[in-house]
This record gives sequence, C-alpha cells and structure tokens, in this order.
Amino acid sequence: MNRGNQCWLMGAWLLLTSLFSSSAWAETQLNLTKGVTAVSREVYDLHMLVLYICTAIGIVVFGAMFWSMIFHRKSKGAKAADFHESTKVEILWTAIPIVILIAMAVPATSTLISMEDNDNSEVTIQITGSQWKWHYKYFDQDIEYYSVLSTPREQYENQNGSFAGNGAEKSEDYLLEVDRPLVIPANKKVRFLITSDDVIHSWWVPAFAVKQDANPGFINEAWTNVDLPGIYRGQCAELCGKDHGFMPIVVEVKSAADYDTWINEQNALTAQAADAELASLSASMSKDELMQLGESTYMAHCAACHQPTGLGLPPTFPALKGSAVAVQGSVADHISLVLNGKGMMPPFGKQLSLKEIAAVVTYERNAWGNDTGDLVQSSDVKAAGEE
Amino acid sequence: MTTETINESLDDTHNDDHHDHKMTGIKRWLYTTNHKDIGTLYLWFSFIMLLTGGALAMVIRAELFQPGLQIVEPDFFNQLTTVHGLIMVFGAIMPAFTGFANWMIPMMIGAPDMALPRMNNWSFWILPFAFAILLSSFFMESGAPNFGWTFYAPLSTTYSNGSTAFFVFAVHIMGVSSIMGAINIVVTIMNLRAPGMTYMKMPLFVWTFFITAYLLIAVMPVLAGVVTMLLTDTYFGTSFFDAAGGGDPVMFQHIFWFFGHPEVYIMILPAFGIVSTIIPAFARKKLFGYSSMVYATASIALLSFIVWAHHMFTTGMPLFGELFFMYCTMLIAVPTGVKVFNWVATMWRGSMTFEVPMLFSIAFVILFTIGGFSGLMLAMTPVDFQYHDTYFVVAHFHYVLVTGSLFSIYAGAYYWLPKWTGNMFNESLAKWHFWCSLISVNLLFFPMHFLGLAGMPRRIPDYALQFADFNKWVSIGGFAFGLSQLIFLAVVIKCIKGGEKAPAKPWDGAEGLEWTVPSPAPYHTFSTPPKVD
Amino acid sequence: MDKGTVQQTDQQINKASNSKVIKKLVLVVFAMFGFGFALVPLYDVFCDITGLNGKTNDVAVTYADNGIDSSRTVKVQFITRTAQGIPWKFEPVINEISVHPGEMKFVNFYAKNNAQREIIGQAVPSVSPGLAAGYFQKIECFCFTQQPLMPGEEVEMGLQFYVDLELPSEITTLTLSYTLYDITDKNDA
Repeated sequence: MNRGNQCWLMGAWLLLTSLFSSSAWAETQLNLTKGVTAVSREVYDLHMLVLYICTAIGIVVFGAMFWSMIFHRKSKGAKAADFHESTKVEILWTAIPIVILIAMAVPATSTLISMEDNDNSEVTIQITGSQWKWHYKYFDQDIEYYSVLSTPREQYENQNGSFAGNGAEKSEDYLLEVDRPLVIPANKKVRFLITSDDVIHSWWVPAFAVKQDANPGFINEAWTNVDLPGIYRGQCAELCGKDHGFMPIVVEVKSAADYDTWINEQNALTAQAADAELASLSASMSKDELMQLGESTYMAHCAACHQPTGLGLPPTFPALKGSAVAVQGSVADHISLVLNGKGMMPPFGKQLSLKEIAAVVTYERNAWGNDTGDLVQSSDVKAAGEE
Repeated sequence: MTTETINESLDDTHNDDHHDHKMTGIKRWLYTTNHKDIGTLYLWFSFIMLLTGGALAMVIRAELFQPGLQIVEPDFFNQLTTVHGLIMVFGAIMPAFTGFANWMIPMMIGAPDMALPRMNNWSFWILPFAFAILLSSFFMESGAPNFGWTFYAPLSTTYSNGSTAFFVFAVHIMGVSSIMGAINIVVTIMNLRAPGMTYMKMPLFVWTFFITAYLLIAVMPVLAGVVTMLLTDTYFGTSFFDAAGGGDPVMFQHIFWFFGHPEVYIMILPAFGIVSTIIPAFARKKLFGYSSMVYATASIALLSFIVWAHHMFTTGMPLFGELFFMYCTMLIAVPTGVKVFNWVATMWRGSMTFEVPMLFSIAFVILFTIGGFSGLMLAMTPVDFQYHDTYFVVAHFHYVLVTGSLFSIYAGAYYWLPKWTGNMFNESLAKWHFWCSLISVNLLFFPMHFLGLAGMPRRIPDYALQFADFNKWVSIGGFAFGLSQLIFLAVVIKCIKGGEKAPAKPWDGAEGLEWTVPSPAPYHTFSTPPKVD
Repeated sequence: MDKGTVQQTDQQINKASNSKVIKKLVLVVFAMFGFGFALVPLYDVFCDITGLNGKTNDVAVTYADNGIDSSRTVKVQFITRTAQGIPWKFEPVINEISVHPGEMKFVNFYAKNNAQREIIGQAVPSVSPGLAAGYFQKIECFCFTQQPLMPGEEVEMGLQFYVDLELPSEITTLTLSYTLYDITDKNDA
C-alpha cells in the first residue's frame, strides 16, 4: 500500500471515529418535546397529527410518482398517453385538501384559544430581556434579579486552541445554565408579562410550549401551568445581537410548599443584602480585595462586550485599556457611567451591589496597565449615585 | 416554421441598420442591449454570487462543526448569516431567474428582443455595484450588517454596528434593478407576443414570470419604503420603529413581511414555470391541466398578500389575528397541491427518460413538496410557537429555496445549455453533479429538522451539547454540497468550449418556439415574428 | 423594402403601447412606495380598532358618565420599566387596584431623577391583553406630556382613568405597563 492510500485511510478512519465517538448520541432527540403542561402536550399532539397527515399524503403522491417513473419509462417501451386535462380530477384534488385542512384547523383553533387565555393567574412575573440577560421581577413581592449565563468563558472560547478545541471540559448543561434560575410553583397558573429594555428578544421554554417576543416599550403576555417540578431549560429565540446564543433561560419548578419557602428565603435575602449594602458603606476594602472582586464581577458582567483583555470590540464596544473614561476621566464620571449606562451600555446600578460597582471600577482603573492607582469604595459609589 | 425560413429572416435582420452590430471584448458586455447577452450576464453574475454566499455558508458550517467558538467571533458570525441570506436571496436566486427571463421569454413568445433593451442594460449593470457596496462593508471598521437578513428594528437602527447606511443603499439599488427588470418583463409579454399567441397559449414558463414580475412591481417599492424608514430612524432622528418617539418595532415586521412573503413567491413561482416546461418534455406528454396551473399560480400570488403575519405569531398578536393568518396560510396549500398533483399527472402514463434536466426536476418536485409539508406544519399557529426561529424553520426554507428554487435553476440551465452554447454538455459529469448535490443537500438540510424540533434556535454561533452530533453531519453535508457545485462550473465551461454539436432541438419531447431556431441561438432571433396557430 | 416599412410601423405601434404600459407600471411603483409609508398611519388605525400591540389612547378622553357596573370587578395592575440610559427611579405608588367598569380611578406614579443633569422623560404606555387597550380610557395621564426633571428632583405623577363598560366579559385582569424613555436629545432637535 502506498503512502497516499495510507493517508486517505487514516483520514477516513479519523473522520468516522470522530463522528461516532461522541457520547451524546444516546441523548440526541429527534422529535418535539411533549413538555410538562397540558398545552405543551396538546401542541405535541397537533404536531404529530400534521406530521402523520403529511406523511400519508407524501406516500400517496411520491408513490404515484415513483410508480410512473418505474413503469412508464421509455426504455420499458411505454407509449405516452395523450390525456392532459380533466376538470373532474382538478375539482377532486382541490376539494380533498380543503377537507383535510379543515380537519387540521379545528383542533389547532381550540388549542390556540386555550393558549391565549391569560386570565385568572395565581402568580405574575415580569420578564425583561436585555442584551444579553433576563431580568425577573415577582409582582407583589420585593423580589427581582438578573439571570445570566453561568458557563465559564474558558468552556466556549476555543479560538486560541487547535481546531479540535482545547477549551476547558464542557459542563453537562453547557450554555444552558444560569447563575439564578427563575423559580415558579407547580400546578399553579403562572402569568408572564414580557418586555425588553433594548432590542427584541424572545423568551422560550420548549417544555412549556411558551415562546413570546419581548418588544421594547410594549408588554406581551403568556402563561403556563406546570405539572411536574423540575428544572427546564430554554434559550432566547430572536436574534438580539452579538451574544444572542449566550442568554439561556432556566426555570426551576418547585412544589407549592417549596415555592413558599423559597419566597420567604428570598425576602430574607433581600433584607440581608440591604444590610450588607449599609455595612459596606462604612467598611473600607484593600486594593487586593477590590481587584479580586472586581475581576470576577468584570468577567461576569462586562467582559462580553469589553472583552477579558479590556480591548473591547471597536467600534461598537470601546476598549477600556488606556481609555478616556477609565484612565484620564474622573472617578465620579466613571462610576456614574457604570451606574447609569449610556447609549448601548446598560445601567448596572440595579444589577450590582455598591461593593461590586466599587470593585469593578477599581479593577478597570488598574488592570491591563491602566495603573491609575485609584481605589474606589462603596461609599464613593453611594455618593456618586446621590449627586 | 422551418429552420430555413428562420435563417432567411435572420439574414434580413442583419441588413437592418437599426440593429446594432455585435461589438467585441469588454465593450460588447458593457454596452450590450441584446437580451441574450444580458441573460448571460445575469446568469454568470448569479452563479458568482451563489459561490460567494456559499463560501460564507461554509464558514458558518465550519464554526458550527462542533460546540465552542472555534473560528469566528459571535459578532462576525452574525455578519456571516446576514450577508449569506442577503446574497442568496437578492444576488443568487433572483438574478438567476431574471437571467432566464431575459434569455428565454423573447424566444418563447417570438419577440426579437426585450421591449426596453437599454433599460435592460442598466438594470443589470447597477447590480454588481449594489453587491460591491454590501460586500465592501466587511472591510469597513463597522463590519458588515449583523442584524439578520430580516433586519428587525431596533437591532438594525439604534443598536446597529454602523453598517445600516451601506445596507440600505445596497438594497435600494437591488430594488431599482429588480423593478426595472420586472417592468421590462411585463411590457415584453404584453406587447411583443407573436401574432396568434394569446395569453392562454403562452408557455407556462412565460406565465409564471409574468405573474412574478407583477409581484415584484407591487412589493419591491414597499421594501424600498421600509429601508428608507430604517435609514431615517437610524440617522435622522425619526421614530417609525422606536417606542420612545411613539413608534412601534412590531410595525417594522408588519411592513417588512408585507414585502417579505410575496418575495418568497417571487423566488418560487419562476421555479414552477421551469419545472412545468421540463417535465412534459421528458415525459413526452403535454402538461396536465395547463389552465389550472395558470389559475393556481395567480391565486398563490394573490394569497401571498394576506398571509404575511404568519412570520410573526410570537410577536403578541390578538387571537383573531392569529386565527385569520393561520387559515389563510393553510389555504395556500390548496393551489400548491394542485401544482404538485398536476406534475405527477403529467408524468403518469408518460414515456419517460431521465436526462439531467429531468433528474433535477423530479428532485425538485419531491424535495420542494417536503419543504411544503414543513410549511404546512409551520402554518399551524399553536405548533409554530415551538417551531418559530428554530432550525426547523431553517430546514423548511432551505428545502424550498435550495432544493426548490436552486434545483429548478439547475434543471433549466441543463435544459437550455445546448440552446445557449450550441454544444451538448458532458452527460456523465452532469450526472455526478446531480447525484453529489442530491445526497449532500439532504445530509445538509434534513437533520436540521431534528435540530429544530430538539430546540436549537437559529442564528446562534455555539450550541448546547445535545445538538453536537447532528451539527457535525450537517456541516459535512454542507461542505460536500458546496464542493459539488464546482462540478457544475466544470460542466458549463466544458460545454462552452466544445462538445458534441447540439441540434436545434436536442430533447425529442421538447416543445416551444425556442427550439425552432438553430443551436446556438443566433444573436438576433425572430426579427420577423413567427406565426402561432 | 415592403417588409421593412411594415416592421417600422409595427415598431411605432409598439413604442406607443410600450410607453402606455410603462407609465402605468411606474405609477404602480410609486403608488406602492407611497403605500409602504401609508402603512404607518394605517397600522395605527388598525391597532386602534383591534387593540393590536396594546396601544392606548394618546390624547385625553372625557369621562362618559354611563353609570357603574358594580356586578363586575376588574383587576388593574401597574408595572413600570426604565429604558436604558435614563437613571430615574420610576414606579407605581400602588401595584394593583380593583375597579368596576365605568368607575373613575386616580393613581399616582413616583419618579425621581438620579442623574446630575436635567432629563426630559417620556412614558410610553402599553396594555395587555391588547384587546383591552381600546377599553382602557385615560382622562388624565402624565404620558400625554413630556416630563422634565431637574437633577435630584422627585415628583408624583397622576393617572386618571376608567375602564369602559363594554370591556369584554372574559377579561378580568388588565395590565398597564409604562416604559420610561430619555428623550432629552430628541427634544433638542
């Protein structure tokens, strides 16, 4: 066997093994999910109904085609017939599809009517999309928080590695995991009020058969009533810019009792956080502490646009390294920009604690050779916010 | 009419001094007003665009070969998907059909040329500039458009990367080109038919282009309007689509899809025409139900104006709106079904042979019908909530546009290549092109249905692990399909350079005036109109 | 020769009828371009009629005293959101009230400018379900006008409304959302 042949064989073998080696085959899903709500099961049944009808029509039509392709070929001595018109047949194959379509439209209409019935919900949650995270706010509760992708950047940034990808081992729920999932009770009608802060997003959880666009300036409604406690995952479904593929949705469905416990916990946590904010005002952090907290906060909230290197993605996302704001400008202006946002940059005042903002500003003013030496404390942030 | 009389009339035309003489070199192509030259230009241009858009798709598929960001940044990925879509729709499919229209309509209706030859030259030559502007934005600081080919506001206005002006200007030029091309087609068909060729005697091919041209004239100006609003929203402070100033981003989608849905049919109706020409030729039997085909085409075109919001079921429409658009959309299945049934009935009890144009046409009927089935599934509003913006939709429109429109273009190209070049193409190489394309295109697009059903959203540069296996297969299919198209290039070049000489009518079942002139078709044909009984 | 003259006249006829068709088609092109823009006001009319997208009236209505239907109670919820780049605190004073159709109600919204510059805010209302939008009648609303606030200034803004007696009976909950935008720059222009 010559060398060229060996190369070919090696290549083919590598290709085949790489195709079949993946362990995920077992989990590979072929069909639509049945989901965990009455509506999602109805949707699944409709999907199967149309699929079966299409398959049946396909068998008849393609069957006739292949029959004539096999038996009516010239090489078999077939002589062409000369019919080319028949009003009867035309009427027949106009009428039959209409009947089939009506048979499909009836169940579709009834499912649609129940999907659009948003009334009489027991829990209402305001969902707001923004580039590129979700914000959940419980109506009538003092609970609101952002939900951000928690897969570490090392897992998906492989550019510097080989083509095979030497990024870190990917976690099981790669790109479908968040820091704080949305929590809802099981067996209760939960209503979602969906809107957006910037561009159009779309909130989609396949297991609930809920997909609703988040339009800036307008609210949309959707509802669900989940039977089965568990964790359900989805993704943003409408192109919303650079990190559209990196804003997953995770919903944790808890039993009614567990949900109540969770609500109480969260209320307690909110109170604690307020206390911690107060405490941080009088505390003074060392540079190391600030830089450490600053780096982790920066990676979670800022690096998507301004990049881990601080170089940004100009012209849309400006660099921070050596920038006017982070080096030459005043500390107060820098804090105000982070708190309030500007143009495409979202405000972080509601999202981060005073301590985190102090740390991230310190980090930005001292990392990547921006050695301004400025240290920012929580009290500075508080003062800037009140000016 | 015999070949002899044609030749006589040809000699006449050469003596007529109002016909310009064939120039040579680059000037021939720059200044040409000849419908055959312009048709050739359109066809080559669209093939170059197909390869360009295909190259972008190859990068997309390479990035999606396995999970993780390997090759491109997410923002550049969005630029790739956007420009891939724009090039394939406005640069590959639409100009290819205009090329067919230019070459074939005058020859099919017995006209000496298109009615407006000088405008014809313009409508082609502004097109390369439009795409030069669009593609040049890749090399600008802002980058290329990154908001999807559907350019939903406010992603394309307030939140765009600065490429909006290039994009809008390019789309305006493409629109002007399409409108001029369409006006030319309508005028030609209305005024230059040979004596005796009544509307209901026109080949179905001509009918589908006639209806398509009307669709273009009706909706391209709406596209021009919506991109103009986009421009003023981005740069001149208007608030058509900005809630802060009393506008509404969802209104953008309504106006866009009012253009967008007829646009979909602009890309498929001519395909129906081509396939309806080829199937009877190789089944050696007249097209079944000619008049019902005409009515079906017209009713599909009319219905296309009242179904646009089926692209927007998840935007928060009231219940009755969802129901209305669901019913109308399902209704489109009826005339489309009639067409498919008619093609099958044409084949039924024919005397079939399977030359390459027929192979592509048969693949068209089967694979387009599969795309139609997934279209019917998407029409059902409740289930569309699950399918919308997933790979299921990507699979659907690629079945309709690649194995639909593109396959019909290949079918037509193989069918008329002997007429265009005067030589027969290399049959076995062409069969390689067909079989490689057929197998790889299904490997490429069929698994996308599964990906979509399993929950993979479209337009994402990286995906969860459960989507990894199918994406690998899809990428391999993509590379194979991309490479297979180079075989077509080889076939065409070989065919132009030489090969077995083609007779005036190389396909024994073919019908129509174009086969009464010699192959290759002389520079001027039908200067004296033929008589049609 | 004969043949030539016949062709010549044929062509003149063609030219004349060509330009007739072209004129018509060009007219259609311009009409459709105009139609694209006409869709903007048409869309608003369509939304008014159908409640598409939950747009409410943007000018004050006068209270039509047609009595109160105390047999029905409708929950009205208020939610607020500040758009990017407007550092205001903006929230309803109460989250939810119950009203009878036909009954006039008055609620307050609180706003405070946390920025160091004067900002002109504009609240944009949206009602869900969209169908209810046409029955939600605002007699007085801060969203009808722009709200300039000096740095640190706070204000309570009023909304006076009633729910129309004709509200479809299947609707029992109505949500009114306000998104607050910074329109200082647009105002300068």
